[in-house]
Amino acid sequence: MPPVEVLEKKNKNKKYKPILDGIPDWPVYRLSRNRKEFIEEVAHKAYERILQLRPQRKQLLDELQTTVYREQQRMKRNRWRVDPRDEPRFWASVKEQINILSARSDDDSGAEKELLKQIVYRYANEIAGNFKPSSYKLAREITTFWFNRLLNAARVKKFGAIFRSQYTLRDKIQIVGKVKMLRRLARRGTIVMVPTHFSNLDSVLIGWVIHALGLPAFIYGAGLNLFNIKIFAYFMNSLGAYKVDRRKKNLPYLETLKTYSTLAIQKGAHSLFFPGGTRSRSGAIEKSLKLGLLSSCIEAQRNLYLEAEPGTEPRKIFVVPVTLNYHFVLEAPDLIEDYLSVKGQDRYLPEQDKYGSFQLIRFLIKFFSKGSDISVSIGRALDVMGNYVDDDGNSLDLQGRPIHTRDYFVSNGQITIDKQREDEYTRMLGQRIVAEYHRINRVFASHLVAFVAFELWQKKHPKLDLFGLLKLPEEDLVLEYAEFRKACKRVRKHIYRLKEEGKINHATHLKGKIDLVIRHGMENVGIFHLKRPLLFNKDGNIITQDLSLLFYYHNRLTGYDLEKTI
Amino acid sequence: MTSKKPSNEKPVGVIGAGNFGSAVSNLLAVHRNVLLYARDEKTIDRILNKRENRGHRMKKNITPVNDLALLARECDIIFPIVPSAHFRSMMRKLSPHLHPYHILIHGTKGFDISLPKGQSLETIHRLNRQQVKTMSEVIREESVVVRVGCLAGPNLSKELAAKHPAATVVASHFNEVISIGKRLLRNDRFQVYGNNDLVGVELAGVLKNIIAIASGALTGMGYGENARGLLISRGIVEMIYLGRALGGNTKAFLGLAGVGDLVTTCSSALSRNFQVGYRLAQGQTLTQILESMDEVAEGVNTVRIARKCADYYGVRAPITTTLYKVLFEDLTVKQALQYLMRYPLNVDIDFID
Repeated sequence: MPPVEVLEKKNKNKKYKPILDGIPDWPVYRLSRNRKEFIEEVAHKAYERILQLRPQRKQLLDELQTTVYREQQRMKRNRWRVDPRDEPRFWASVKEQINILSARSDDDSGAEKELLKQIVYRYANEIAGNFKPSSYKLAREITTFWFNRLLNAARVKKFGAIFRSQYTLRDKIQIVGKVKMLRRLARRGTIVMVPTHFSNLDSVLIGWVIHALGLPAFIYGAGLNLFNIKIFAYFMNSLGAYKVDRRKKNLPYLETLKTYSTLAIQKGAHSLFFPGGTRSRSGAIEKSLKLGLLSSCIEAQRNLYLEAEPGTEPRKIFVVPVTLNYHFVLEAPDLIEDYLSVKGQDRYLPEQDKYGSFQLIRFLIKFFSKGSDISVSIGRALDVMGNYVDDDGNSLDLQGRPIHTRDYFVSNGQITIDKQREDEYTRMLGQRIVAEYHRINRVFASHLVAFVAFELWQKKHPKLDLFGLLKLPEEDLVLEYAEFRKACKRVRKHIYRLKEEGKINHATHLKGKIDLVIRHGMENVGIFHLKRPLLFNKDGNIITQDLSLLFYYHNRLTGYDLEKTI
Repeated sequence: MTSKKPSNEKPVGVIGAGNFGSAVSNLLAVHRNVLLYARDEKTIDRILNKRENRGHRMKKNITPVNDLALLARECDIIFPIVPSAHFRSMMRKLSPHLHPYHILIHGTKGFDISLPKGQSLETIHRLNRQQVKTMSEVIREESVVVRVGCLAGPNLSKELAAKHPAATVVASHFNEVISIGKRLLRNDRFQVYGNNDLVGVELAGVLKNIIAIASGALTGMGYGENARGLLISRGIVEMIYLGRALGGNTKAFLGLAGVGDLVTTCSSALSRNFQVGYRLAQGQTLTQILESMDEVAEGVNTVRIARKCADYYGVRAPITTTLYKVLFEDLTVKQALQYLMRYPLNVDIDFID
């Protein structure tokens, strides 16, 4: 069967001019130029916060002891290539000093504080990114150049085409949504971009999007595990990424990390983080978010209000939810395996990255040579309380009346610092972001077919729970095309209705003749996997080679109550 | 801020000059000046001139007002205490004057419902959580206020007025709201507890009114304490099931707002909901009873709503369902009781693992 071209609305993606002329104006550059001072400020602030949390000598010593213990456990069990060589020595010496200090109960020299200072300073250095304009430019040129070359070679299918420039990345990656607003607000305030997270490629993709939209580089908290992969490490470092090590759960580390991101936002550096924390294991849009980094938006905004001269308006922080929509997620088979093996249990999952540089390049070649498009939906900007803002950055309530964001931090006429209150605000912001994700989620034909097929099989086996269902032999599973087609139509109709209510979005290719849409979906869902989640058999009916994978792609559309229409 | 005398700080607002609103105003007036909003000019005159409202002697530093904008401007902390049926419309009027620095602690024990067009509470068969809201949810939907709390617990207005020892729960997600509630309400005859499960506490306060009506009915039939003990203990189980289906946690029901309030209202002829049940058992019709009451018995509507929620969520709620039949269909209290006594028994307690 020859591949069908499904009509995609003529790509409107145009080239955007940079909103700031030269790199020296970029907040991230200013931050990195003063890298040393910035790290010291972070370390100092984090140090003070921890002292506030653990005011007594004994408490602090206990905390440090726990920290050393955990660090030594980590080094023993889970050491990575990127970990500094001198680590064991450093922690051994910390341990020794703690032992001496603990023995001297009447010591009031404050030596334990000195120790904390060392630890925090070390962490701050570890976390800090290193933005270099020269390597940023180089990385950008390399990506754009090679992406374009690959794309042309693949699309035009002639050897010489590798030197053409007929297609650009913009044809491949669709950017939809509130682009203008984002560009406008990036000039007026500080942007915190919070995308959904499905694949390790997300960060590269978002990096490209930010550049394509003419925005200055964002600072960005990347999982330290990514720095194990050399090709990523190079890009991340050049893009101004700072490092988030999810193995470290000790208080000094977490406080330093939070202080780093808070201060950077406060200083006006546009930031990016994946609030889901880690890639979605189930393939579903994140339902609960990691609140740690999210809380730094709220804290930074409060500090800005607190430090503002009376009568002046400080820089405002805008939270911009973004969803990334793929037909295919490279790591899907492993992600869903992880998900299924821990479902119902709350145990820690070590990050595994089976995909080295080689696999990624191979994927990129496949990606460019076949018709698998990606779309990026930019959501409407929110203030740190989750209120929509208008094009000028004014917060609005549901009735469209203006709100002063400062008032959320006011108690009895004054701005106050109330940690519990801000924790609650963070939780609320998290819920708002999740709701926005669902709203701007862009449904592809491949999501639709995966959802419908899985739900139909589930419905045919009402007595089986998920695991029972997944154990069924794939050979036994066949769906009649007519039945499948009907169900797809019903679900699509419901998606249209939800779109009218502003609860979801869909790609233009979802419209039109249902047979074409189904074919488009079937051809694209999980397109590069060895075992395809959905295929036509020779009778034109629907079969699967891997039900777990199908479950993964199906999950993209959970959370909308679409199950009821099956 | 801890001073016992009315201070110079901003006054506290109370919206609704009913029985409970008046009692709360008097409690607040111990610590701060109070602005009390009343819709009715006569009420305002009466409070101004006679210092009296619904049997409460109103303290001197309570100023009755008729202007919501003024109240919102003058007060950062507001206690809305109006019947649930008017709560949303009141919030819509108040909302344009509110800012995110406002703190709202409500004292209304009822549900808000929003129905699809053309439907009424009589015609709709089932209700889900999208349609049934607690008052704190109404506040969040209708205004920019996020620091929201509620008052719940055994607080019979007349006993509060007589300064009998009592306690209340202030529930909120925000410790700030709880501590403000404590500071403003507490005195040596009135204890204030905090709880972070806002919705749980609200649900407990609302659902207990169902059991209060049933308890009134039992008393009206002339039955004694064994019967009441039975009702209260099975009643709390039913409340917990319903409450969990609607998004509360078990814990809230075991505290002051649940068991505490339940025991009080089920034993007191002062409770309006109790009165409804009592008079039903005496043979009066619901219409007769409601016509002769000067204030709303929230429980009547709550029965109606809770029954439809129970159907939607598939919760077994024999007391609610039977009471529904007594109130809105033509089951007599006696028949209802017979039915309940024959109801197949469950285990005593199965909601604590």
